[in-house]
Amino acid sequence: MTVAVEKAPTAEKREGRREKRPAHHAHRAGRPHAAWALPGVLFFTFFAVVPMALALYLSFTSWDGLGDPVPVGLDNWRKLLDDPRMTQSLWLTVVLTAASWVFQTVIALLLGVWAAGRQRNRAVLSAIFFVPFLLSSTAIAILFYALLDPNFGIIQRDTLGSQSGAFLAIVFVGGWQFIPFHTLIYQGGARQIPDVLYQAAAIDGAGRYRQFFSITLPQLRHTITTSTVLMVVGSLTYFETVLILTKGGPGTDTAILPYLMYEAGFKTYDFGYASAIASSLVIAATGLSLVLVRLTGFGTMRSTREGM
Amino acid sequence: MESSRGQVPGGGTSGGGGAHPLSRRRFLGAGSASLLTVGLAGLGTGLTACGSGGGAGGGDGKTLTAFVYGDDAVKVQQAGVDRYNKSAAAKKAGGTVKLQKVPGSDYSPKLRTAMGSPSAPDIFFNWGGGSIKPYEEAGKLVDLTDIIEGDPVLKDGFLPSVLAAGDLKGRHYGIPMRGMQPVILFYNKTVFAEHKLQPPTTWDQLLDINAKLKKAKITPFALGGSDVWPELMWLEYLVDRIGGPEVFKRIQDGDAEGWGDPTVLKAAELVKELIDDGAFGSKFTSVSYVNGGAPAVFARGKAAMHLMGSWEYSTQLGKFPDFARSNLGWAAFPTVEGGTGDVRNVVGNPTNYWSINARTKNKDLAVGFLKDCASEAYAQALIDNGDVPTTSNAADLLSSAPNPEYAKFQYDMVQQAPAFTLSWDQALGDGLGTKMHTEIGKLFAGQSSPADFVTACKGLK
Repeated sequence: MTVAVEKAPTAEKREGRREKRPAHHAHRAGRPHAAWALPGVLFFTFFAVVPMALALYLSFTSWDGLGDPVPVGLDNWRKLLDDPRMTQSLWLTVVLTAASWVFQTVIALLLGVWAAGRQRNRAVLSAIFFVPFLLSSTAIAILFYALLDPNFGIIQRDTLGSQSGAFLAIVFVGGWQFIPFHTLIYQGGARQIPDVLYQAAAIDGAGRYRQFFSITLPQLRHTITTSTVLMVVGSLTYFETVLILTKGGPGTDTAILPYLMYEAGFKTYDFGYASAIASSLVIAATGLSLVLVRLTGFGTMRSTREGM
Repeated sequence: MESSRGQVPGGGTSGGGGAHPLSRRRFLGAGSASLLTVGLAGLGTGLTACGSGGGAGGGDGKTLTAFVYGDDAVKVQQAGVDRYNKSAAAKKAGGTVKLQKVPGSDYSPKLRTAMGSPSAPDIFFNWGGGSIKPYEEAGKLVDLTDIIEGDPVLKDGFLPSVLAAGDLKGRHYGIPMRGMQPVILFYNKTVFAEHKLQPPTTWDQLLDINAKLKKAKITPFALGGSDVWPELMWLEYLVDRIGGPEVFKRIQDGDAEGWGDPTVLKAAELVKELIDDGAFGSKFTSVSYVNGGAPAVFARGKAAMHLMGSWEYSTQLGKFPDFARSNLGWAAFPTVEGGTGDVRNVVGNPTNYWSINARTKNKDLAVGFLKDCASEAYAQALIDNGDVPTTSNAADLLSSAPNPEYAKFQYDMVQQAPAFTLSWDQALGDGLGTKMHTEIGKLFAGQSSPADFVTACKGLK
């Protein structure tokens, strides 16, 4: 911990120096050449853009995985709009995303802020908290599936047999896995908040709660945006947990969009329709991230410490 | 138990999600079609994992690849491959067969994506009927009809009804390669003895037994509802007993209006009554068969009966050997009063089949391998594994089965059945079968009424 204490002032000193420079120099200094992005761009093109383009192409075809895709125009997209299961899935996805966000953000934020303290035991505990994130989603889902077994598990209730139970289980298991990751982000964010702010607040007589709501939360707003974007996009692609815990059931009660896509593609072999669902998910995820970034002012690249 | 999952009707599409779920990487690696998910998941890994080498497209005809459902029963196929590779027939055809064991839950998607790629298998395991229809339509199957007709070993090697059950439009595309899998009404002998009960032979008796068991606080039936296919078994038998095999035959032949037959509605209503009556207990929608939940409920006496495929015996033998040996009873599904279906009719999977990829570079080698399935050595290996082979010599081997009494019951059941209805999901194929599963799951979960169920099924395409 002493290391962190020593580093903090140097970081502030550097920050201070930079502020004295003229503004237009500040944003040019040290900016890497565009060519540096080449490996990343190539990788992204090959593994993300090309497949996405292919999926978009497939969404205008009918293809059962054998033979050649047959162009069918807008059929799959029309089906997407008319499919009652799609409507249900969309709603379920929205609810799951919202519930996961609330559950994960509240806990991760509090844990992260707490873990940003300086006591030795917190560092140890933080390391332990991080463990679930290191496990694979599949392993976690299998573990919880066994724990939730209605006859032989630890909670001998019909948890996964009702919509509310199955939903809560998915939100909880997802949270159990991803809260550690977001805790880490919040911990990092909270450690960046200068101590002077708290010292000043303490002198002004602000208590712990006042300090949390008036300093910590506002200072963390960009961290919250980052974490939220990751969470929302993550929830939109939530798949393994649903596949293993509920297979979309009971009935179709937990069949969220990624599961519906899997079912359309790899169970009914309607790859055209699955691609339409996949494309709509990409569009929704991109749209949502843009909206979040715009609404929170994250995109203006302004520091939380401006004006300090 | 693994061996059971190889034989579940849902098979690769519905059987194994619980125990061997798809990891994201494997999901992505499933083949070229996985491209559509890569952009979404932001992961580029696994794309190269689809190539397995030695396939029909890239091979030289010296080594043929055979895809098989990878479970415990695969040792029978492995022994068959080893035997064949050393045989004179294989030497004459100039090559060997290599078995590729695909984990159960991945089997269908893996096969589908591989068949559309250069690494397609030469020979592959399947469920016959609807499960191979898309491959036949895409011209990817060798029509085995003339080959079988012209070869005494194959022609007389198998029970004709079983060979025919895998047919498409009266042509053979598959050779039987695993045991027969009729659906049987199992019961717990100890529980039945304690409560002075006899296995039901009519539906009224079944309801009567249910009432007595519930009074004794025992769930009448174990049911792995989260897997859906065990629920399907109830509809299959009820429709058969009420209206006979013709009702589903019509649906299987492509007439969706067949779902509107009053028999289907009546069967769905009987199911609904059972559910509301608590015949399956209150937790069945979250109980699974594949993870051993339902078999355990049954073996431990929490439930008195279990409607399940013949593999229930080997499942119990693996998990609760004492129960399987001394307390496991079996009976035919009861008649329904007023129904026209023959009580001897059977539903389930006649067996599994090998089919040959039309693009194979060495058809002689592949056909030679398929012939081995008609050999006595192969049939004996199936018997030793606890299965009942579908070969014509099976009757002579039954006495050497781990449980000859059970083997004989099963054999006679299939042998004497006027009709053997293939599991509906397999008969309809993956596309319709999956959608039908969804509707059955909703019916059992109480999300739709019997009338809704019929309407929804009529609309499936």
